Amino acid sequence: MDKTVNQKAWFLVLPVFLVVAFSAVLPLMTVVNYSLQDTFGNNQFFWNGVGWFKELLDPTTDLGERFFASLWRNLLFSAIILAIEVPLGIVVALAMPREGWTVAVCLVILALPLLIPFNVVGTIWQIFGRPDIGLLGYTLNSLGIPYNYVSNEFDAWATVIVMDVWHWTSLVALLCYAGLKSIPDAYYQAAQIDGASRWAVFRAIQLPKMNRVLLIAVLLRFMDSFMIYTEPFVVTGGGPGNSTTFISIELVKIALGQFDLGKAAALSLVYNLIILIVCWVFYTVMTNAGAERPQKEGSV
Amino acid sequence: MGTIPGRRLIISLFLIFLLLPIYWLINMSFKTNSEIVSTMTLWPHQPTIENYMRIFTDESWYSGYINSLKYVVINTVISISVALPAAYAFSRYRFLGDKHLFFWLLSNRMAPAAVFALPFFNLYSAIGLFDTPWAVALAHCIFNVPLAVWILEGFVSSVPREIDETAFLDGYSFPRFFIKILVPLIASGIGVAAFFCFMFSWVELLLARTLTSVDAKPISAVMTRTVSAAGMDWGLLAAAGVLTIIPGALVIWFVRNYIARGFALGRV
Repeated sequence: MDKTVNQKAWFLVLPVFLVVAFSAVLPLMTVVNYSLQDTFGNNQFFWNGVGWFKELLDPTTDLGERFFASLWRNLLFSAIILAIEVPLGIVVALAMPREGWTVAVCLVILALPLLIPFNVVGTIWQIFGRPDIGLLGYTLNSLGIPYNYVSNEFDAWATVIVMDVWHWTSLVALLCYAGLKSIPDAYYQAAQIDGASRWAVFRAIQLPKMNRVLLIAVLLRFMDSFMIYTEPFVVTGGGPGNSTTFISIELVKIALGQFDLGKAAALSLVYNLIILIVCWVFYTVMTNAGAERPQKEGSV
Repeated sequence: MGTIPGRRLIISLFLIFLLLPIYWLINMSFKTNSEIVSTMTLWPHQPTIENYMRIFTDESWYSGYINSLKYVVINTVISISVALPAAYAFSRYRFLGDKHLFFWLLSNRMAPAAVFALPFFNLYSAIGLFDTPWAVALAHCIFNVPLAVWILEGFVSSVPREIDETAFLDGYSFPRFFIKILVPLIASGIGVAAFFCFMFSWVELLLARTLTSVDAKPISAVMTRTVSAAGMDWGLLAAAGVLTIIPGALVIWFVRNYIARGFALGRV
């Protein structure tokens, strides 16, 4: 697969370049601009150098404390949902039927939560978890388990996590299923002849074949959970207290709630940098996988 | 082959777990508010369509859906039309900075919307697009254009290059080849990309809410304001929620085999 070198291809890419530059570079330059200045309103700006960044990265200041608190909270959240969604997704993918009409039904139901607007996902769980009108909250409370996501920190976390598992495990499952489907039957027949156990088949055939899709799933889930905003915002509003205030929620509070431009901009840039690093790993995985593809097909 | 013991039970339990909260929302949407608040019923004992009627007759509600559809459609059209030639270029040619550009596109798809909320607000206010569907449509391009490019690139790459060469030998000009031959060949890919642009623009709340105030208020914003208002109208909220699920549920059957591919940016 050699591509021809053709600089005129830039003309084909130009529209995309312009649209994305307009909506990404321009705003990002504003952010850089704000992050280095201070304002007292009236559009008067003063040079502040790296002052905001110093404050942001110093946990003893108010801004730094909020940043690190929401950062750790968000990392903990991402770690928990990955620890649940990845194994669960694999199990669901393995449990999927392989043929017949049930495949289509399973696929459709699995895909359903993925296509629901984020704020409606929040609304669904807000209603579902309420002790007075929600099935989940009502059942738990009548079983004698006190549960109230509005006032109890642990319950709020549990709700946000179960909601994310409900929302996104399907994605991991669907990706794994796509990986599993590409395994030729001959592999399983060979394993049967060798008398391999179920576990051995999983370890030696299925897991290696799912490697790449799993990596994609983990990175996608990490990035999306690291940017989560709408769902917890609708359900808990970041509370009780600050217990479910993740980075995006904190950032929007500072930027659009307090209009603290400098602080918000500094936080934005550091936040974006973290995402960019993860994104680079993701890109490397994706493009290497692409280069591997034709070779794999040839070897089967 | 290759399934696990007890798989029927596992998959059934999981599907029930997925459907139960959705069922509860639908159940609520057909109840009267007095039934919701006073009793715990597993299905509506006095089914009513009053909640839906209110949405279809109250302008502040149904205009929310129209506003959302406006920017979603504008965005999908822009995204697909600029992404198609670019996807072809990335798939067929090497040019200066192609890899960097491809990565830069991806990084925009992954950028947190919260970072862009404030600068977008300033930018679109400055150029007088604030509170119009165009502002939201253009803002959503930041993640939908890269998404469309990545997905379409995968589909274009699956078209054998010999087809291009034959077409050019037959005397097709580039635009004619593009419209007459390439586009029909990757029609399903365009459908999938359009579906994902539609969906991601439809589900996004933060930017849509930040960039509109009155005239172009999307349905998601209408819903959040009802939530924060005193005295919850749960039945109405549930009905509004059910209606936002419908567009996705309608086309889901046609794209069921492409869901994983779309979310993995065409790389699975």
